Amino acid sequence: MKILVCISHVPDTTSKINFVNGDTEFDTNGVQYVINPNDEFGLTRAIWFQEQQGAKVTVVNVGGPDTEATLRKALAIGADDAIRVNAVPMDGFFVAQQLAEVAKNGGYDLIICGKESLDYNGGMVPGMMAGLLGYNFVNACTELTVEGTQAKAAREIDGGKEVIATALPLVVGGQKGIVEEKDLRIPNMRGIMTARTKPLSVVEPVGGDDKTKAVKFEKPAPKSAVKMVSPDNLDELINLLHNEAKVI
Amino acid sequence: MSVVLYAESSDGKFKKVALEVASYAKAVADALGTQVTAVTINASDASELGKYGVNKVLQVQNDALQAFNAKAYADVIQQAARQEGAQVVVFSSSTDSLYVAPLVAVALEAGMASNVVAAPVSTAPFQVKRSAFSQKAFNYTTINTAVKVLSISKNSFGIHENATSVTAEAFAPQLNEGDFATKVAAVEKASGQVSIADADIVVSGGRGLKGPENWHILEDLATTLGAATACSKPVSDIGWRPHSEHVGQTGKPVASNLYIALGISGAIQHIAGINASKVKVVINTDSEAPFFKVADYGIVGDALEIVPRLTQKLKEFKAQNS
Repeated sequence: MKILVCISHVPDTTSKINFVNGDTEFDTNGVQYVINPNDEFGLTRAIWFQEQQGAKVTVVNVGGPDTEATLRKALAIGADDAIRVNAVPMDGFFVAQQLAEVAKNGGYDLIICGKESLDYNGGMVPGMMAGLLGYNFVNACTELTVEGTQAKAAREIDGGKEVIATALPLVVGGQKGIVEEKDLRIPNMRGIMTARTKPLSVVEPVGGDDKTKAVKFEKPAPKSAVKMVSPDNLDELINLLHNEAKVI
Repeated sequence: MSVVLYAESSDGKFKKVALEVASYAKAVADALGTQVTAVTINASDASELGKYGVNKVLQVQNDALQAFNAKAYADVIQQAARQEGAQVVVFSSSTDSLYVAPLVAVALEAGMASNVVAAPVSTAPFQVKRSAFSQKAFNYTTINTAVKVLSISKNSFGIHENATSVTAEAFAPQLNEGDFATKVAAVEKASGQVSIADADIVVSGGRGLKGPENWHILEDLATTLGAATACSKPVSDIGWRPHSEHVGQTGKPVASNLYIALGISGAIQHIAGINASKVKVVINTDSEAPFFKVADYGIVGDALEIVPRLTQKLKEFKAQNS
């Protein structure tokens, strides 16, 4: 089985979010980048398939040269090789188009993405890829097994889970649950050393206009200060929730 | 020309998000000077949608679509959108809608914006405000394609009545075998519980509750308020509560009317996941806990001691006000 894991290079979850150039660009100053957490769960599952079922795992990212460190981290975790599509991603459809092209050219059986990235939160890349490729698709995937060409998956639904039977080729939008948090891997020294010599190829993007454009950013308005209520005056809290906030 | 929306239903009844999406579609249609068409799949009574500004309902009744199926549902919606000459197709941000919408966008060669939080800023160019960076910022996105696909953040636009005379007609989409290559084998749903996605009120617990044996205190409060129960990441990581209850940046998002945090300090990742909630209450022993900076109402104290008293007072309040 050939697996393609799509990696997004995103600010660490503790990052302060600021903007520059008249609020038109994200301020990268002092920001640490990581593998998008939803993608990391998927990558870890792919490594499980590699170790247990002999799958070959390729990681891919759409981004400039500065994102290669994130791909190297994925190689250190255990991916066999990496591809960087040399373009700055501006739009979910554009990214899906690039990834679909890589997926098609490489003849991958299983394509694992995170269900959304933690920067733009578009949540559309896996579905758009599946649409462009005409492959089967499971989103918000929390369990995944493959036997031959048959796949069994679970996905999160509002208030529960759904068990799905499908077949390869398959696109998955993964999230926590596809592996557990405790099974995520921190690259060890051997992994980091071997990652340096694993193949990382750079391909040029395929054409296409951006269908959408993020033109401006804005930070939420500052919040008014919290109203403190004494633990001995819970009637006041109920009064505030009922008469002021009108939520009970 | 029209604005098309997918009106989600469950057991034949429209979900609350369907009414919010209908209200939103009406606002977009007014801005564009056009009409609203809703697509329903195995829902019963279409007339309810007329209350929220829907002019026309395309009703699909098809046994093959009883179980949710993203590809087949996407096929239904894109065919309806084509028939209606849709300029804009509107979805909710439920897990099902987020599953379907990108497939529809590809089929219609449409640009898509998700997490949209307000009516379009302008229609030429078509620009919407959406949340990004896990609720830590907003961005204004223009969509340049002839057809636009939007998914609306829950509880952001609200439900607005706008009574309209509505016509319903049957719609029979052309479905193919490939639509059903992904099959639902089983559904596991906790019955009798309010889901975090549907809940108006969410009560959430952190490590400050000291152990799973104390969760009945939180559950009593949730039952009294008709709320869903949730927990912080550490609590799900150490196994006190199931992962399905984990809310935050890498867990489930919460956009309820009221979010009550018990013994949660409010790490930045937690706040990111729950910040779309309208009113936030925190009860925590540590007055320096970061949650107090984002909360609307706060109590410094031990949730284990305070919550049973609060629950009792709420029961009395409910009894008086019902």
